[in-house]
Amino acid sequence: MGAWIMAGITFREAARKKILWTAFIAGLGFLLVFGVGLYFQVDDFRKSTVPPFLRYQVLDSMLMIGLYTVDLLAVVMTTLTSVDTISGEITSGTIHAIATKPMARWEILIGKWLGFVGMVAAYVAIMFGGTIAEGYWIGGVVAQHPLRGALLIFLECVLALTVTFMFGTWFSTLTNGVIVLGLLGFAFMGGWLEQLSGFTEGSRLVMVGIVSSLIMPSEAVWRRAAFEMESPIAGSLQFSPFADISVPSGAMIVYTSIYLLAALAIAIYHFHERDL
Amino acid sequence: MFGDKVAVRNLSLTVRRGEIFGFLGPNGAGKSTSIKMLLGLVRPTSGKAFVLGAPPDDVAVRRKIGFLPEDFRFYEWLTATELLELHGRLSGVPTDKLRDRVPAMIDLVGLTPHRDKRLQDFSKGMLQRIGLAQALIHEPELIFLDEPTSGLDPLGRRMVRDIIRTQRDRGATVFLNSHLLSEIEITCDEVVFIREGEVVVGRDLRTIHEDEVSVLVRVHKLTQECVAGLARWATSTHLDTDQLTIAARSREHLPDILRHLVAAGADVYQFTPQRMSLEELFVTIMGEDRGL
Repeated sequence: MGAWIMAGITFREAARKKILWTAFIAGLGFLLVFGVGLYFQVDDFRKSTVPPFLRYQVLDSMLMIGLYTVDLLAVVMTTLTSVDTISGEITSGTIHAIATKPMARWEILIGKWLGFVGMVAAYVAIMFGGTIAEGYWIGGVVAQHPLRGALLIFLECVLALTVTFMFGTWFSTLTNGVIVLGLLGFAFMGGWLEQLSGFTEGSRLVMVGIVSSLIMPSEAVWRRAAFEMESPIAGSLQFSPFADISVPSGAMIVYTSIYLLAALAIAIYHFHERDL
Repeated sequence: MFGDKVAVRNLSLTVRRGEIFGFLGPNGAGKSTSIKMLLGLVRPTSGKAFVLGAPPDDVAVRRKIGFLPEDFRFYEWLTATELLELHGRLSGVPTDKLRDRVPAMIDLVGLTPHRDKRLQDFSKGMLQRIGLAQALIHEPELIFLDEPTSGLDPLGRRMVRDIIRTQRDRGATVFLNSHLLSEIEITCDEVVFIREGEVVVGRDLRTIHEDEVSVLVRVHKLTQECVAGLARWATSTHLDTDQLTIAARSREHLPDILRHLVAAGADVYQFTPQRMSLEELFVTIMGEDRGL
């Protein structure tokens, strides 16, 4: 019961943060630019002699770039909105009035986590749905498996959220932000290095990508999402930056889920044990 | 322990049900740490804390406890009404009871005209008042108040005193931590003094302690040697121009003190024994400020 009350108040607290609305405005700006760009491209194709097959692949790649932007915005917004929810309330003393109420500490943490999960779900649904809708209505392109893609992007956001919560039980807001953004950047670099491995046979860059994904699997989840959503032809012809050169396996998604649950368990344990 | 520093050791407090209990000590004495341990916010390095017969993180015990933290803060976008509804729900008060109790509590702390105002528009004193209301929303058996009059004007302080006494009258126990010794003195039934994490002494303020007496002396021609010589019968002395205040060890020593002053050549114009105030008692027990 306490966890649900905390989830409700945290959702309202998160929904009031300026960073969320900044991300929404940035997202709406992105949707506007994406829609206009898509419209211009369709219009240009109409006046050209580019074969329909190629037109579709170009527009599909544009959709994938749009979805990648949604993924980046969602992960960064998730991290920035949740970075001070534990550490900030400990520092300000706000947590004292909550942690002395008749509920276990895990209920506080899980409640806050659920509140943010709800907020992230709403953000991903709106931004992902808006991009997919524009792709369909303006460009006439459809992602291969949009639901799988949306769920994987959501998983990536929840992963970033959980890691942020975990470090938030240890470190100050600023340190926590630096650590989590650093980890996301590390995973980003590892993922793209692995993607570049396709240019040479047996590249050691694959190993770099795998190791970085084991340390922080966020980028691997996106690459799996891209694989699920991209047109198979565009993927196999390596027509876009998200082509399936080195696709993370299903085992990596299982690993990510276990990683997420372990981070949540550590966060609960450390929040329970620490002084407030 | 915090690092190498022992914040609290061997703390054992007996607080009788239905009394107002004052918790006193200089800065850094371990008062806040003790309260946080009793509330389960801080874990003891060794040993265990018990409150109402159970560990403080026992949910059933928490239901019986109210807490006003020092410098109360909460989500500033909530209104006073929303804040109390939230804390009432978190404390397990049924929704139908909250409908009546929330306006009653807001009225109790004198914030009815501000019930729909957001906390971000509240002054420090108003935040303390709404913080007090959230601590009482579930009618707890035991109420911890950490500096409840901080930021309040004299009328606000009087209101808090009245509320504390009302809580005692309904059978609740109030555990009060305040730096305002005059507030403690007129509000509390019993106090303990702690220093360096240990209880030094306790006092029942409902009874007069005949052995604790201070003397107000108006005197001329007083030498430093004469004042130093008073240490035989006094725990502390304070000289302000021609006014000397002496904390005597015992009422029995008053004739000796007067004889000593006269024998040292001082001209004594007034020699008035008084009951020792809590502040004088505090200075006597804790000693002069050692820069803590």
